[in-house]
Amino acid sequence: MSVDDRSALSMSQAGDGPRVAATRHIAIECLRYNPETDTEPRLQTYDVPYSDDMSVLQGLQYIKDHLDGSLTFRWSCRMAICGSCGCMINGKPELSCHTFLRNFAPGPIRVEPLTHFPIQRDLAIDQTAFLEKLEAVKPYVIAASPRSLADGPTTQTPRQLDDFYQYSQCINCLLCYAACPQYGLNEAFTGPAALALLHRYNADSRDAGKAQRMPVINAEDGVWGCTLVGYCSEVCPKGVDPARAINQNKIESTKDWFLNLLSPRGGG
Amino acid sequence: MQVIRADVVVVGGGGAGLRAAIAAAELDSSLSIALVSKVVPMRSHTVAAEGGAAGVVRDDDSLDNHFDDTVSGGDWLCEQDVVDYFVAHCAEEMTQLEHWGCPWSRKDDGSINVRFFGGMKVQRTWFAADKSGFHILHTLFQTSLKYPSIRRFDEYFVADLIVDDGRIRGVLAIEIATGDFVLFEAPAVVLATGGAGRLYRQNTNAGIVTGEGMGLAFRHGVPLRDMEFMQWHPTALPGTGILITEGCRGEGGVLTNKDGYRYLQDYGLGPLDPWPRPKAMELGPRDRLSQAFWQENRKGNTYMTPGGPAVNLDLRHLGAKKIHERLPLITEVAQTFVGVDPVVAPIPVCPAVHYTMGGILVDGRCATPLAGLFAAGECSSVGIHGANRLGSNSLSEIVVFGRVAGESAARHARETGDATSGRETVRRLAETAMARCLALLQHERGDPGVRLASIRDAMRDAMEDGVGIYREARTMLAACDELAVLRDRFARGVRLDDRNRAFNTEWLSAIELSYMLDVAEALAHSALERRESRGAHFRLDGFEARDDDKFLKHTLARYRPDAPPAIDYAPVTITRSAPRTRVYGGAGKKAVMT
Repeated sequence: MSVDDRSALSMSQAGDGPRVAATRHIAIECLRYNPETDTEPRLQTYDVPYSDDMSVLQGLQYIKDHLDGSLTFRWSCRMAICGSCGCMINGKPELSCHTFLRNFAPGPIRVEPLTHFPIQRDLAIDQTAFLEKLEAVKPYVIAASPRSLADGPTTQTPRQLDDFYQYSQCINCLLCYAACPQYGLNEAFTGPAALALLHRYNADSRDAGKAQRMPVINAEDGVWGCTLVGYCSEVCPKGVDPARAINQNKIESTKDWFLNLLSPRGGG
Repeated sequence: MQVIRADVVVVGGGGAGLRAAIAAAELDSSLSIALVSKVVPMRSHTVAAEGGAAGVVRDDDSLDNHFDDTVSGGDWLCEQDVVDYFVAHCAEEMTQLEHWGCPWSRKDDGSINVRFFGGMKVQRTWFAADKSGFHILHTLFQTSLKYPSIRRFDEYFVADLIVDDGRIRGVLAIEIATGDFVLFEAPAVVLATGGAGRLYRQNTNAGIVTGEGMGLAFRHGVPLRDMEFMQWHPTALPGTGILITEGCRGEGGVLTNKDGYRYLQDYGLGPLDPWPRPKAMELGPRDRLSQAFWQENRKGNTYMTPGGPAVNLDLRHLGAKKIHERLPLITEVAQTFVGVDPVVAPIPVCPAVHYTMGGILVDGRCATPLAGLFAAGECSSVGIHGANRLGSNSLSEIVVFGRVAGESAARHARETGDATSGRETVRRLAETAMARCLALLQHERGDPGVRLASIRDAMRDAMEDGVGIYREARTMLAACDELAVLRDRFARGVRLDDRNRAFNTEWLSAIELSYMLDVAEALAHSALERRESRGAHFRLDGFEARDDDKFLKHTLARYRPDAPPAIDYAPVTITRSAPRTRVYGGAGKKAVMT
C-alpha cells in the first residue's frame, strides 16, 4: 500500500500464508496414504505457483489451503527449530520449511514421508519409537548429590559447556534416522539422535549418570549398532555430529567392557 | 468414547505446561498427571523464543529495579502484588533450570552471564546463545521424563472443556492419529495453551499458536482480560514474520532507516549518545519501537522488500566472533530466509505480531473464576505484562507461574478428590461436545460452504487492518463488523475436503478457527471500547493520551453465544508504584555490555 493510504492502518499486505503472486509453477508430487481407505501409498501431483522465497512447506500449505485440504503434514515454527516438518524431498531427508522450491525448478519435486518410519497419514510418520528411545537414554541431569536452589547456579566454564554444547542442539527432527542405513535394517537400534543426546548428558560437567546410561551404550542396539556411515551428521540441519558422539561412546563402551573384565562386580 | 481418569490434566506441553506438570508431580507423587498436547512437547512454540529470560542476579541490580521496569513497561496496568511475587521468583526458577541442565551462556569464570533487553535498567536476561526458548523447552521436556506420575498424551487435541455444576470436570480431546474421542476426567485442569498471534497475518508465531485455549475458557464463561494489548515485536523478517531476537539489540545492534539514520532518536528515545545506555534508543520498549517503525513508514523512510516495508537491523559493528557466539540462530535464519549474512550486511526487519499480553483471567495463584480451572503462560492474564510486556519476562513467566499453576492444581485435586468420577452428566456433556465436533466433519456435501482458508485469511486481514499498531474507531468498527460476518459464515458451514477421522488436520483447524473467531472478537471489541492510548494500544482518533481517570482498569471480555462479547472492567491492583509518565531515552550513563 502507499504510505498515504488512510483506508487501513496496517503496514503491508504481507503474511506468511501462501499468498502467491508468482507466475511460475512447479509440480509437487506428494505421497498420499490414508489408513482408512488405502491399502498402498500412491503419489498425487499438484501444480503450485511459487516465488523465489517460498519454501517447500509453503508449497504444501498452498496445496492445503487452495487445492486439497486433505493433504496431511506436520509443521509449526517454519524457522527450523521445532523439528516438526522433516520429510524426504527428492529422496533426501530435509526440513520442508528450510528447503526452497526455487532449488528444484523446473520440477517436478517429490515430497514423501521420512523413510524408515511407519506412515500415519500422507507425510506424517509415527514418531513413537523414537520417543521411546529418547526416554531410554535418561536424557536429564543425574546429579552426584541432591542440589538445593539455595546453592545457586552450578559453576560451568565456557570450556566445560563446549564439551556437550553441540550435542544439545538436536531438534529431534528425525532426519538422521531417515538417513541411517542401520536404522533402516534394524529399528531396535537406538539411533543417532538418541545416542547424541545420551552423550550430551554424559559429557555435561553437572551430570554423574554415566554408569546408569552405560547399559544403553553397551547394548547390541546401542553404539555397536552403528557402522559409521556418517550420513546422519551430513543431513543434520543443526550441525550436530551424532556420528562423532557414537564413536566416542564406542571408546567408552570398550573401556567399560575391559573394566568389567578386570572387576566383574563393576567396582572399578 | 474412551475415558481416562487423572488428578490433574495439563493442556499444553510448552514451557508453562511442562513446568506445571513437574511442579504437580513434585508436590505429590501419588497424583496422576495427564499432559495433553496437540503436538509432541518439544514442538511447542516455547522452542522459538530466542533472547532469554529475566532474573535478577547482578550486584548492581535489584528486585525493585525489575519490578519498576516491569510496571512502568506495562504502563501501570500490571497487578503489582503479582509482579512482586514474579520478580522475587525469577532467579530461583532460572537456577532450577540450570540444575536441570539448561546450557545457559556463561562468563569466563563459569558464572551465569546476563544480557540487556529493551526497557531494562540493568542487564538481567539469562540467555542460552539466541536459542533460550529452545533450550528451556528441551530441558523441561527431558526433565519431565524423570517423573513416572506424568503420563503424556502427545498429539491429542483438546476440543472442549467439560464444565458441570460450576466446576471443571475434565476435557474432551481428539486423538489426532485416529480421530477418536477421549474424555479426560479430572477435578483440576491447567490450561497452558499459549497465545493467539495467529489471529494476525504477519506474526512471529508458530502455526500452532491459534489461541483456542483462550477460546475454551472464554466459551465456558471465564473472562478474557486486557485482550486489546497485542504486542508487535519490532524486529521480524518482512513477509514471513520470522523473529529476529531483541537480543540483537541487547548485544549492541542498531536500527537505521533507508538513509542509514538511527531514527529512534526522533521518537522520544534519544539522544544518540552515550551509546549503549539502558532504556534508550534501541534498548527502548517494544511498543515504542514498533510505533516508531510505523511512523517512519508513513514518512517514506522505510524501503520495500518482497515481503513489505523494512528498516535495517545492523549488527556489523559487533564483529563476526560475537555475532557467531551470541546470535548463531539469527545468523542462520537471516541467511536462509532473506539471504543476508549479518556479519557483512544489515538484516531487513519490520514489526510483526508477537505476543498476546491479555488472556484468561487468573489470580496470583493461577486460578480462574471457574472452580478447578487454572491457567499459566501466554494463554493467561496473571497480571504481570499490563499494556506492554517487557522483553524476556515471558520466558520467566512460564516457569514461575507454570510452577504456581501446577502446585495450585495439585492442591485443588487433593482437596476435592475424585468427586467427578462417574458423574452421568459429565458423560452426557462430553457426548454433546463430541457431536458438535463431528457436525463440522459431517457438514452436508453439496452445500457450497466456504473454504476454511478463506475465512481464516479474512479474519487475519480484518485484524491486521483494523486492530493494528495504530487504531481508530473507524478501523476497529470495520474489524468488529467483519468478524461478526465471519462468525455467521462459519456457523453456516465450512467446506472440508477431508471427511476422514484419522489425522484430519483440516478438521482440527476448523475447530481451532471456531475458537479463534471468538477470541478475535474479544480482542477487537476490547480495543474499541478502550478510549485512550496505553502501551501497545495506541489510538489516532482523539484518544492519543493515556487516561488514568477513566481507563486505569482492566478490560474483561465475556462470551455471549452468537453475539459479540460483553465488555466490562475491573480495578488494577496498585500497591507501591503510582502511575507516572513512562520515560525512555534522556540522559544516562554509558553501559558496559558483558
